[in-house]
Amino acid sequence: MFRTTRVRTALAVSVALLAAACGKDGSPPSKGPAADRLPNYRVAQGFQLTSSKTWKRAKKRGHFVVGAKEDQPYLGEKDPATGTYSGFDIEIAKMMSASLGFTPKSVRFKTIASANRETSLQNGQIDYYVGTYTINDNRKKLVGFAGPYYLAGQSLLVRTDENDIHGPQDLEGKRVCSAAGSTPYQRIKDDYSKAELVAYDTYSVCVDNLLTYQVDAVTTDDAILIGYAAKVPDELKVVGRPFSKEPYGIGVPHSDNALRFALDDALQAREKNGDWKKAYAATLGLSGVPAPTPPAIDRYRAGS
Amino acid sequence: MNVLTDNFSTYGEGFLGTVELTVYSSVLALVLGFVMASFRVAPVGSIRVFGTAWVTVLRNTPLTLLFFAVLLGLPRFGLVLPFQVFAILALGCYTSAFICEALRSGINTVPTGQGEAARSLGMTFGQTLGLVVLPQAFRSVIPPVGSTLIALAKNSAIAGAFSVTELLGTYKTLSELGYNIVWTFVWIAVGYLIITLAISALFNVLERKWGIAR
Amino acid sequence: MTEASALYDIPGPRTRQRHFAYGVLSTVVILGLLGWILHLLFDTGQFTYTKWMPFEYKGIQELLLRGLGNTLKAFAIAGALSLALGGLLAAGRLSDHRPVRWLATVLVEFFRAMPVLVMIFFVFVALKVQPLPALVAGLTLYNGSVLAEVFRSGIGSVERGQREAAFALGMRKSQVMAHVLVPQAVRAMLPAIISQLVVALKDTSLGYLITYEEFLHAGKLIASNLDYDLPFIPVVLVISPIYIGMCMLLSWFAGWVSRREQRSPKTEAVDVAAAAPGTLLPGGDPPTAPGP
Repeated sequence: MFRTTRVRTALAVSVALLAAACGKDGSPPSKGPAADRLPNYRVAQGFQLTSSKTWKRAKKRGHFVVGAKEDQPYLGEKDPATGTYSGFDIEIAKMMSASLGFTPKSVRFKTIASANRETSLQNGQIDYYVGTYTINDNRKKLVGFAGPYYLAGQSLLVRTDENDIHGPQDLEGKRVCSAAGSTPYQRIKDDYSKAELVAYDTYSVCVDNLLTYQVDAVTTDDAILIGYAAKVPDELKVVGRPFSKEPYGIGVPHSDNALRFALDDALQAREKNGDWKKAYAATLGLSGVPAPTPPAIDRYRAGS
Repeated sequence: MNVLTDNFSTYGEGFLGTVELTVYSSVLALVLGFVMASFRVAPVGSIRVFGTAWVTVLRNTPLTLLFFAVLLGLPRFGLVLPFQVFAILALGCYTSAFICEALRSGINTVPTGQGEAARSLGMTFGQTLGLVVLPQAFRSVIPPVGSTLIALAKNSAIAGAFSVTELLGTYKTLSELGYNIVWTFVWIAVGYLIITLAISALFNVLERKWGIAR
Repeated sequence: MTEASALYDIPGPRTRQRHFAYGVLSTVVILGLLGWILHLLFDTGQFTYTKWMPFEYKGIQELLLRGLGNTLKAFAIAGALSLALGGLLAAGRLSDHRPVRWLATVLVEFFRAMPVLVMIFFVFVALKVQPLPALVAGLTLYNGSVLAEVFRSGIGSVERGQREAAFALGMRKSQVMAHVLVPQAVRAMLPAIISQLVVALKDTSLGYLITYEEFLHAGKLIASNLDYDLPFIPVVLVISPIYIGMCMLLSWFAGWVSRREQRSPKTEAVDVAAAAPGTLLPGGDPPTAPGP
């Protein structure tokens, strides 16, 4: 046993040396438009929220741990090389952190797959979650929702050479891809049962399958689809009118109402002072789609 | 308890998915394993090398990596197939390496003298193989092939995580519907036990009928 | 190896000629197959600069190394805990007390019959545990149970006379175990133990499915990035040799130990078969060499 470990260590070290010996700094260039400068958010001074267990835990730690997506361009995307996250959801998470008294830069992001969002909030892996998380009553039983901070709607992404699909009614017999356990997946399954459904754990694999003719359409919220279409505009397009309303909320631990209401206040303030619009312009807005009006915040009563 | 009764169709679908995966991949694995085993005992060097390489590489490949490569890699070659077929391909190829080794060691259990005796009686190669070597090899090969196929049934769970309809994947649907997660898993476990016990029972029967007392 | 087989006679000059012809033919076919795959790779543009460019960057290399480190970390922890659990369960199965024996047997049989992935998901989803402990727990339960069987059969395969002689000398059971059976069994079991560790190493890749940031996860992050033209094939070409290489190294080590042990006179009394991948079958071990 000792000998294998030694061989293995030697191997790892030599690989590391090899890697260190040759390698360009920085990260590989990315496609699509980039913002000149991301907005700055003013940090609330002397902010206290001692009634929130999550906030107190974050205070002790010195920063928030926020769950996010890692594969949604212009919404929540992780740069493989640098490990930094970027996008609209990320900006929302940062401005929330600022409003709760922590510098936006201090936020630690953590990738959480769609199917594990509730679990990770329940077991305290993350403090809050910002990642195209649709508010609905089923989920409200498991987690709390601040917001909504954005109103998306389900739409369809197809290849530019596709001329038969204009909306969900054209999906009969077509292969449609979506993320397992997501709201769009359930809707196609329930309302457009003639479509042949394919599910993956991440949308980028869906988009990959779309580009390689494995599926005919990718369906999910228009915000996500716009992000992808902006990456490869000559190969992908978003078609049809949104056929659902998906209010995006910030997921918080179910029992932590203090944090939820504090986030509601923070969102309202950021929408009022223009930070919300700036964040949109620096991310999703780069696609050319103008900023919508943010939806009204829903301060639902605890226990509902 | 009502996790099962309320969602019987979901469970049934997943169960059937696992059974289908297991059956088709087993057939593929047995056929490929047989071919590779005959490659590995062939008198021609390059064929033997091919068989050995196939077995060595596949035995040392993590199945998750193989799934990743087959399900997400092959489409990049323009090979468009349903995901279930890809899953069967990955599972079958992976298991074929283990089947091959079981068959080969089975053939090796037949003493050299048996073949020599057969040939000295004037039997042709086909007769030696079909009447003397294979029947004996077959008997000693039943238990290891059985346990390899049980391993295959268990490995099919990985396909569920790659969105092929099967038993383990049902947990996602049910947890989204808000059912008790522990009970969900209890019934998934029962499903797998039924499948593995069925395979083991089948091979016990085969063993009793054909196996040699050792 | 052909000489020792029941299938063929030692080939004569004409047969050897024929085999040579077959050899040339099959080499051509195999090379053709490889060439065709290579052609496909080029044809579908898998060797374009954009697809390989990410690997030039330090950030990407570090990401991969971090992933590899996490894989090895999970393997080390799971391996050590599996050995401990295996020892514990084996001791339980060899116990003189019936309830203990019974409990250990049930545990071993249950964990061997469950898919590892189901256990990992159960711990991760139902018990709400972080990815790394969930992965380690699943791997430990499964591999520990298999190792328990290896240990038990190892102890059981020490020649009966050894145990009887030790008891006849008036040694207690624990003494017989510690001084006579275990030392002899361990050397003979080593290859089987290492083979099982290969299984554990391979199964660490299941962590990918519960978002543990291991090697395959790092690869997927690169492969599914639209900025790099979705370099799935390049990533597979980079990752698989490393994975397969690690496992082969460990497998080879198992083989080397086994060959060395076979020559050692100290282990003549013991003969342990490799752990079978599956279970529940009486005599589910691969057949060992037949008696004459």
